[in-house]
Amino acid sequence: MEDVLLEGRDLKKYYPVTKGLLQRTVGWVRAVDGVSFKVERGKTLGLVGESGAGKTTTAKAILLLERLTSGNILFEGKDLYQFSQSQLKTEYRPRVQSVQQNPWSSMNPRMRVRDIVAEPLVVNTKQSKKQNQSRVLELLEQVGLNSGHAELYPHEFSGGQRQRIAVARALALNPSLVVLDEPVSALDVSIRAQIMNLLKDLQEQYNLSYLVIAHNLATVRYMSYNVAIMYLGQIVEYGEAEELFKRPLHPYTRALMSASLLTLPEDDGQGTEQIILSGEMPSPLNPPSGCRFHTRCTEAAPKCSQEVPPLRNVGGGHEVACLRV
Amino acid sequence: MSKVILQVEDLRSYFFTRKGVVKAVDGISFYVDEGETFGIVGESACGKTVTALSILRLLPEPGGKIVSGKIILDGTNLVELSKKEMRKYRGKMISMILQDPMTSLNPVYTIGDQIAESVRLHQGLRGEMVEQEVISALRLLKIPSPEVILRQYPFQMSGGMRQRVVGAIAMSCRPRLLIADEPTTALDATIQAQYMALFKDVQKKTNVAIIYITHDFGVIAQMCHRVAVMYAGKIVETATTRELFKAPKHPYTSALINSVPRLDRKDARLYSIEGQPPSLMDLPPGCRFAPRCPVVKPVCREQEPPEVGIGYGHSVSCWRAK
Amino acid sequence: MDATRVMDWEKVGGGVRRKRIISRLTFTIPSAVLFILVVTAIFAPLLAPYPPDQIALLDRLMPPAFVEGGSTAHLLGTDLIGRDILSRVIYGARISLSVSLLVILITASIGTGLGIISGYLGGRTDAFLMRVTDISLAFPAILIALLFAAILGPSYWTVVLAISLLGWAPYARLIRGEALRLREADFVAQARIIGTSPGRIMVRHIFPNIMNPLIIMATLSVGFVILTEAALSYLGAGIPPPTASWGNMVSDGRNLIDTAWWISLFPGIAIGLVVLSGNFLGDWLRDKMDPRLRQI
Repeated sequence: MEDVLLEGRDLKKYYPVTKGLLQRTVGWVRAVDGVSFKVERGKTLGLVGESGAGKTTTAKAILLLERLTSGNILFEGKDLYQFSQSQLKTEYRPRVQSVQQNPWSSMNPRMRVRDIVAEPLVVNTKQSKKQNQSRVLELLEQVGLNSGHAELYPHEFSGGQRQRIAVARALALNPSLVVLDEPVSALDVSIRAQIMNLLKDLQEQYNLSYLVIAHNLATVRYMSYNVAIMYLGQIVEYGEAEELFKRPLHPYTRALMSASLLTLPEDDGQGTEQIILSGEMPSPLNPPSGCRFHTRCTEAAPKCSQEVPPLRNVGGGHEVACLRV
Repeated sequence: MSKVILQVEDLRSYFFTRKGVVKAVDGISFYVDEGETFGIVGESACGKTVTALSILRLLPEPGGKIVSGKIILDGTNLVELSKKEMRKYRGKMISMILQDPMTSLNPVYTIGDQIAESVRLHQGLRGEMVEQEVISALRLLKIPSPEVILRQYPFQMSGGMRQRVVGAIAMSCRPRLLIADEPTTALDATIQAQYMALFKDVQKKTNVAIIYITHDFGVIAQMCHRVAVMYAGKIVETATTRELFKAPKHPYTSALINSVPRLDRKDARLYSIEGQPPSLMDLPPGCRFAPRCPVVKPVCREQEPPEVGIGYGHSVSCWRAK
Repeated sequence: MDATRVMDWEKVGGGVRRKRIISRLTFTIPSAVLFILVVTAIFAPLLAPYPPDQIALLDRLMPPAFVEGGSTAHLLGTDLIGRDILSRVIYGARISLSVSLLVILITASIGTGLGIISGYLGGRTDAFLMRVTDISLAFPAILIALLFAAILGPSYWTVVLAISLLGWAPYARLIRGEALRLREADFVAQARIIGTSPGRIMVRHIFPNIMNPLIIMATLSVGFVILTEAALSYLGAGIPPPTASWGNMVSDGRNLIDTAWWISLFPGIAIGLVVLSGNFLGDWLRDKMDPRLRQI
């Protein structure tokens, strides 16, 4: 039985392209073009794709930083567009928090750690200063920092420690969902594992749901229960991480996997053949007809440039949008 | 047996700052063969970029300085060259590709002009000949329709294509040694795969030696013949790529390899190295990794481990290695 | 090998040290000058040998003490009606410095407020505020101030208001640019995710982060204000006599510049010192607050 916390239904975000003195709209950049997904309670959904795939725009829509062109976001079964402004402020915002990619820019450099972590409490609750302070210390302890760190400024910390502070801030309001936008990609290799393990421990402890956005497949595999592979504003493959990485069906997923596997030079040509895609991701202003991937696909057939492949269930919740599967 | 093109011996590059001396590179030695790709892998501030800048003699001034050691490129010790002599080497004998393709091209000149500048400077060519060289450099990097591209400006190109242009500039004078500092980190995975395949091809055609600097073991595995692992200004282990992955001898190397999630298997829990690298201004006595090492011995905290050879091309600086 | 290493250390250290000494001097000298002038202004009644408007017709047009015919009774000489120049320069500091301080406070507050609102809210608010700013910048400030003073009649507050009238516009431009940049900063996005209101974001997250450019600009504009005040006085629309301001002193002496040059020269030097100190200090602050230049 799946317990869905947040669902996206056919999300679309088009940015107008304007031209001339009168700002005439001459086209649309289809950053997100019909994306549907579910985030289950206590589990992690990973959104993978290269830059321009639309994963960050999707996250921004969930965090109410961007207004969608169309589509619905359902939180615990209720449509966000039915929420009033004050309901959003009290019933949605505090429960959906985020940790951003860059721990060097995600904190106000003029605030002490104590105030950074307390800010969500100050803005959203009417607790006394004293209550806030004890909560801050509790949070810092949970992410592996201590009370001595509370009085310092962000620049006095290393990247890994800052990301811990960001996690503490995200947890301050006891959220149900945390959007993790490339949570470790700005960190050093030896620090990444620390943060990923911390996030997994906290998830287990508080039954948190995560939406992880990453370009690194291995990171997503380690963090996620479900995975969605995005290409040019659409989901091309979706499924449980285990299944999807064991049996990748979409040619794009296979190419991505081949680009991120550890293959030793001497193994070239023997084990898995490296798939090297030609060209680059086309512009979302003018996406290719039919299957958007057909211009780079190694297995494209003539029909791929005409028919739009639907996202089909191929068993066990594994969905793929490819005419050749 | 191929010829050694670059030999670095006991190189030390320090930064003299208000707060103290930063020992960014503190006594490293390695060599690179002709036609070989030598990887330097490590985390930020381990000294890998400073090593590259030292070889090019481009340490930021004032403050940065090579305090001792030799950098021998094809028989010439670069450390002893005057600034003027060094300028002749840069671009012609050694060149470099930087991480960010967005900032390493000048936005106000065409691609052709930017490549031609280096061609004119180092090969003394003029007129028609220059354009031919520019086109051949663009061809070498498999840039489609070079005659058109050379009249374009950087902003008209994608990140991947710009990085190819950067590669074309670097290769335009057919250098003997190319230093690539995280050249694909800013690129997307599929574009990164393209770029690496391209560079293997360039190397086959020109026999250039490449020093490939990265923090990504996946890139090392795909690109490099031999690898040096750096930690806090020192090389802790040097080995062939295959050997390094199959039998890492330094605890830091194996910890790093184990802390990277894998795509081909499900990790129950990642190994994580506790703590952080030491400050380069205040290094611990003994082995620099000792404070974080899971298998530390008393001697590690007192004396610096010597570099010991343990088989073909494999050396390690660790008291545990015998 | 060790010997060469020690030599190298000293060489590198020396270059860096010289740079630091120069940097320190461009801070200490101008701040000392400004500090002395401010102290002089505050303690003017104690420091000035005479009341500023005490007329001594017998001692009129006396040259400074170090010139032939001068007397130690009037160190910097006297003016046309025998007022002591030194005393007037000291009292003038009160007027000139307080005018600059007030003008900078007013213009910086208005400019910062409008700039932050414009940059953070964007859209129509921004378009409207920036057109107003453009118009303000397009007018010749001195003419408008002159017109203003002519309508209200010259007084201390007229001068302050006249200079402030258009002076806020450069601040608004600068701060709007900063706010526009900060609006896209990750920590502002984070504040929105937390649910922070726009007002609180502007006050708590944007304002503290524009302090650096604001302070630099304020320091650099000390010179501008003092010069504008002097220009207004010179045109007869400044601080009305008999109150001494550096500007009206320079203007008083303009007809006698070939015979009694000291009447204009000493207040002129005072103006020059403040303007230069402000500019040096502003440059120093800019270098200091630019992290790229701060590394070594």
